[in-house]
Amino acid sequence: MKQIKKVLGDDLRKYTLVFALIALIIFFNIASGGRMVTPSNFQNLLSGNAYVLIMAIGMLMVIVIGQIDLSVGSVAGFCGMVMAIAFQKWNFPWWAAVLLGLGIGVLVGAWNGFWVAKMGIPGFITTLGSMMIFRGGVIWISRSISVPAPSELKWFGAGYLPEWGPAFTAMNNSTLLLGILAIGFFAYAQLRQRNRAAVLHGAKESVWPVAIRIALGTVVVGYLTWLYGSGRPGTSFPIPGLILVILVIIYHTITQKTRFGRHIYAVGGNKNSAALSGVNVQKTYFLTMLNMSFLAALAGILFVGRSTAAGPSDGNGWEMDAIASVYIGGAAVSGGVGTIMATMVGGMMMAVLNSGLMLMGVGADKTQVIKGLVLMAAVAFDVYSKRPGHVSITKRLFSMNSADSKEGSPADKKS
Amino acid sequence: MEESIILQMREITKVFPGVRALDGVTLEVRRGEIHSICGENGAGKSTLMKVLSGVYPYGSYEGQIIYMGKEAQFKNIKESENAGIVIIHQELTMIPELSITENIFMGNEIVKNGLIDWDEERQRTIELLERVGLNLNPNTLIKNLGVGQQQLVEIAKALSKNVKLLILDEPTSALNEADSANLLELMRDLKSKDITCIMISHKLNEIAAISDAVTVIRDGRTVETYPVEAGKVDEDRIIRSMVGRAIENRYPIHESHPGDIVFEVSDWCVEDPNVPGRMVCKNSSFHVRAGEVVGFAGLMGAGRTELMRSIFGHNYGIFKGGTVKMKGRELSVPSVSSAIEAGIAYVPEDRKNLGLNLLDSIRMTIVSANLKAILSGGLLDFDKERKAAEQSRTALRIKTSSVEAGVTTLSGGNQQKVVLGKWMFTQPEVLILDEPTRGIDVGAKYEIYRLIHEMADQGKAVILVSSELPELLGMSDRIYTICEGSITGVIDSKDADQETLMRLMTNTPAVKS
Repeated sequence: MKQIKKVLGDDLRKYTLVFALIALIIFFNIASGGRMVTPSNFQNLLSGNAYVLIMAIGMLMVIVIGQIDLSVGSVAGFCGMVMAIAFQKWNFPWWAAVLLGLGIGVLVGAWNGFWVAKMGIPGFITTLGSMMIFRGGVIWISRSISVPAPSELKWFGAGYLPEWGPAFTAMNNSTLLLGILAIGFFAYAQLRQRNRAAVLHGAKESVWPVAIRIALGTVVVGYLTWLYGSGRPGTSFPIPGLILVILVIIYHTITQKTRFGRHIYAVGGNKNSAALSGVNVQKTYFLTMLNMSFLAALAGILFVGRSTAAGPSDGNGWEMDAIASVYIGGAAVSGGVGTIMATMVGGMMMAVLNSGLMLMGVGADKTQVIKGLVLMAAVAFDVYSKRPGHVSITKRLFSMNSADSKEGSPADKKS
Repeated sequence: MEESIILQMREITKVFPGVRALDGVTLEVRRGEIHSICGENGAGKSTLMKVLSGVYPYGSYEGQIIYMGKEAQFKNIKESENAGIVIIHQELTMIPELSITENIFMGNEIVKNGLIDWDEERQRTIELLERVGLNLNPNTLIKNLGVGQQQLVEIAKALSKNVKLLILDEPTSALNEADSANLLELMRDLKSKDITCIMISHKLNEIAAISDAVTVIRDGRTVETYPVEAGKVDEDRIIRSMVGRAIENRYPIHESHPGDIVFEVSDWCVEDPNVPGRMVCKNSSFHVRAGEVVGFAGLMGAGRTELMRSIFGHNYGIFKGGTVKMKGRELSVPSVSSAIEAGIAYVPEDRKNLGLNLLDSIRMTIVSANLKAILSGGLLDFDKERKAAEQSRTALRIKTSSVEAGVTTLSGGNQQKVVLGKWMFTQPEVLILDEPTRGIDVGAKYEIYRLIHEMADQGKAVILVSSELPELLGMSDRIYTICEGSITGVIDSKDADQETLMRLMTNTPAVKS
């Protein structure tokens, strides 16, 4: 137990969800006779869910400030449709059509943000309105007919990285390069962290936990690299997946390492204390709502690219998938709590469930039921393990027969 | 002899994982007395009351409770209430959007034929309100009542349950002086009607005023318990047994060296945001010198907090005019961030709702008002952040195992130190402290006082807003008094006493022509 803690850090609880995801993947792999963990299925898992996960990034930030955005599905559909129409009917070049779609997304975000930030209308109501407005809007402007999308977008929505270089690697070399870069960066970050900790605390962490961490990282990333790179020729780590990874890195940095990110958590945790600490609460609300619609537009456009046409019902119910991802990832309804990384794991849970149940031949009806139960189970587990005085299930599992399980929450010392 | 004792708690021990909250506490309360329990924060007073009222059910603690001559084994609050024990918590628990009647009978509705009998409930409410000295329409919504009235309604609710033993947890902590006096008067009245009261309080003058007996608890143990004659309680003896050491002086000795005028506010006017036309600050002017501690005295509602929050970036009310000068230069402070930038810091009176994000760790709280200082290359630098937090922890003597600990794990005094650390990190010239020692115990107060002196010695201009006159007299160099939005006087604390201050605080000024 102590050794595990040294490698993974003191708070094992944050890995609960990752373990659950891995367990789920293994379960489905066995139940489907090995069809879960295959290159093509994993590629589909990413390119088929990237749009929901991209929206989940924005939704996490919205939920952290203590709001909610119900309009993302409609906005995604609307922006995708505007883009397709601009390309088809107004003869925009494809890139200009995409920029127009994104621009509309920003405008919609400004609209939502205005009502929430300046007028103080709860996000739930504001975006319920927007949800109706833009769902109606997309049907209106498309006259209920699908509009073909520019073919250039197919690469963004469902494309693969180029093939090049020697063939002896027996995999897609672009993916291989990405994997090597990822491992290198991970190792560099680990070593740097160790050195900085040494400067700060004086004492150096011993070598072996760092080495094990790097080895673990190498194995995981290496395996994924092989899995994604060794599919049928012409396939690789999918482009939408790559876009998602880049966005996750950018938004992780924004939420964790910028003043704006801190302000989001401050506003969600205690609006009044944030205001008295010099945070512009209205601006934080406004920008977060704006960003959400921007990401929804991006998600909508990627989806249209993948499905080659914009349909009037695109985006129906997406908001629920995005919101579910955030809550499975452990965010609090009251705001102030949640991370993008956990949200991504939460979103992957939903994706793996969808895919695994489909592979097992379970119908869409039952899949929906199961997804609902999983959402409840995940959140109930989270609530249970955060309750003071309860030992979390993970802790109980890990601390069986070990002596270091005595620490508990010193509940209620206040008199 | 046995007859006269209503409650005996023998050798009560309550253990939480890792903490021994109560360690063999003994408490004996006689029928019809007002019994005060004092002790520092964390001493175990509230835990003891939770054991008594069944919040911690029988079996989850060791020891014996003898109530009205029989052993009590309460499994929940309902059972203790049925036995006539009612606890009124520090934080009021009424529902603001419901009427007085609905709140009083919440959970105990009078039902006739399956429906609530409103007429009967209203009638009973009027009677109950009369007993606590309130003359209100029972249909009034709780949110329209002042805190003092709400407190009285809570007591009326307790009376509706046929209370025999009433427990009040810090009943006056949110009340102004008039309401407090009123409440204490009511407690005396209840006593005469054979209702026994247990009062938990930090306010020694109140304990002194009405107690028949005092029990002091420290670190989960009973230190001493003794009967007293009301009005003759030895405050110093209580303090001694609360902290386990004698405090000769409740305020540290300090020699101040005021320098030049640093901060000057002239003709500051603010309108009430909710009541158009009502001015909460009327032409307020004052100044503070470097290294000086300036007190602000005023009754609740006089406009002290409103004035300070308005100066701090127009955070309260509608700004109607006035100037702020820092070292002779006029400032423009239309927002909180510009005020912080200009070197003003404001520690709000309500720590939990305004001062802290309770989800944050100490590390994140310390830097939260000055994130600029920990940027490197446009991104937050966690190393700088940790260093800043560690420095605060040492400088302010914050007691914690780690700066990564959440602020909720800290005691009130240490939380307040974290808030002070947060504002010290903004490198202010002017530090406005609004009730900095509210709700923290005697020992922690002394430490806060020392920190205030340290800040003054560093040349900061310190503004101290407080409701406790002894605190103002003990800590300030000069004291301004406010009444109904106007500054009614300024007086050297050497020449002041509580009576002079109170006269100025209640001196409604003539309308200026």
